[in-house]
Amino acid sequence: MTTLVIAEHNSKKLSPSTFSTLMAAQAIGSDIHMLVAGKNIAAVAEAAAHLSGITKVLCADADVYEYALAEPMGDLLVHLSTAYSHIVAPSNSESKDYMPRVAALLDVGQVSDVCAVLSADQFKRPIYAGNAIATVTVLDEKKVMTVRASSFDKSTQQNDQACAVEMVDFIAQNAVSSWQSDDITESARPDLASASRIVSGGRGVGSGENFALVEALADKIGAAVGASRAAVDAGFVSNDLQVGQTGKIVAPDLYMAFGISGAIQHLAGMKDSKVIVAVNKDEDAPIFQVADYGLVGDLFDVLPEMTDKV
Amino acid sequence: MKILVGVKRVIDYNVKVRVKADQSNVDLTNVKMAMNPFCEIAVEEAVRLKEAGVASEVVVMSVGATQSQEQLRNAMALGADRAILVEAEGEIEPLNVAKAFAAVVEKEQPGLVILGKQSIDSDNNQMGQMLAALTKRPQGTFASKLVIEDDKALVTREIDGGLRTIALSLPAIVTTDLRLNEPRYAKLPDIMKAKRKPLETLSLADLGVTLKSHCRLDKVESPATRSAGIKVSSVDELISKLKDEAKVI
Repeated sequence: MTTLVIAEHNSKKLSPSTFSTLMAAQAIGSDIHMLVAGKNIAAVAEAAAHLSGITKVLCADADVYEYALAEPMGDLLVHLSTAYSHIVAPSNSESKDYMPRVAALLDVGQVSDVCAVLSADQFKRPIYAGNAIATVTVLDEKKVMTVRASSFDKSTQQNDQACAVEMVDFIAQNAVSSWQSDDITESARPDLASASRIVSGGRGVGSGENFALVEALADKIGAAVGASRAAVDAGFVSNDLQVGQTGKIVAPDLYMAFGISGAIQHLAGMKDSKVIVAVNKDEDAPIFQVADYGLVGDLFDVLPEMTDKV
Repeated sequence: MKILVGVKRVIDYNVKVRVKADQSNVDLTNVKMAMNPFCEIAVEEAVRLKEAGVASEVVVMSVGATQSQEQLRNAMALGADRAILVEAEGEIEPLNVAKAFAAVVEKEQPGLVILGKQSIDSDNNQMGQMLAALTKRPQGTFASKLVIEDDKALVTREIDGGLRTIALSLPAIVTTDLRLNEPRYAKLPDIMKAKRKPLETLSLADLGVTLKSHCRLDKVESPATRSAGIKVSSVDELISKLKDEAKVI
């Protein structure tokens, strides 16, 4: 029994979600190999080889894997699958794409967003936007699963001695899909998915210009900026800042919500945060039911004052 | 071009979910059911493509209980031309649903299949990708923009940190994200008209699909609840709590 963990990276370094996924894989209890796929990723593979708990790194370095398109990634994983009992990826926009393809091509089911590993074949996962937690037993011999990174510890030990890095010579063919363009929001702030502090704004912030108030506090305390779906839908900020069931799932040490009412879909994305602060004019806002510290007040008064005093 | 759209009957998104006392599942007795919100977006997109002259016919399909006819009629009231219901009882696993869809894709040969990116009950986010794999068609998931150009579909999708546009050769499978469009409401005359539109009922056996069980549901429990903390009365108090009590700043 060997588990294959798929590394998440940005071609330069491993993402913290990779470490969380490695923790989940260790709970499965078998030998672990890690796959690093992409283009010009030798440095990432080298870093992976130093992670404690891994006995081999597979490096698939080719043009066709550069944008992690579903079709070639699916074929690559199916090609590698024969040697593995578990194929595990952190749940992200790329793995959500290719993992179900891998499962279907192998004629097995997939367990999405695993939040606890009970044994090698029994897992917990959230359903109904996190309003219920299901315990499931996988009946297939090969387990294909994605892991909710925020549910697992991110700390991983490093070894001085690197394990072997093996180059994968399989190059998938892809004539059906192609990358056209990326529109990436440049930001000097920490990445939302892995930030230890997040300052979020909701519909109550009122406009895109007013989001500068949220950003000012975030910058003062070194936090990432987040938003509720309402704020994103209203066009205040870009889509990739959305925290919630259909946005990013986060679990920082500190989550501060300004002008966010606390719809179930938003709570699903942030309720595992260690400390939650809510500031809202409406004292009956549902967000106060999950907040460790609530302050009933106008965010236009509170935000500048906090930024000033913190 | 023919477009096939998937529709799933799920618990209404406004309903608060309750876990059964015996923890066997969530309690769906006497609970309001509706079309999965992402499927509504899929139907809307297909209808808009028809209105724009890109699509010639919109076929909606569901795999589920007899009552799913309601959601199919609803989709036809929104503008779909005909419906196919593959009757199956209980919770059908994504791979089995994908196999039923693949059989219908084989029969109907649509130029495009549009599906919701996930259903709000099981939250699996798998079916579209599985269907793409089974039918060997390219996939564009979580579409926030869809443009059909000649024999290609240009799909703009969210990635971490921004948006990515990919080109798919048709026929293709596309799954919808929330921002793709704003679904319309059905008008009464259209609801009446939808009652006369054709709805074909098939069984899994008709399609040659055998159900295979991949996963067993052992238990469903309520998540650990977070209890409300305290209300503070000023910014100063909040900052001192965060510094001294919680030690997070």
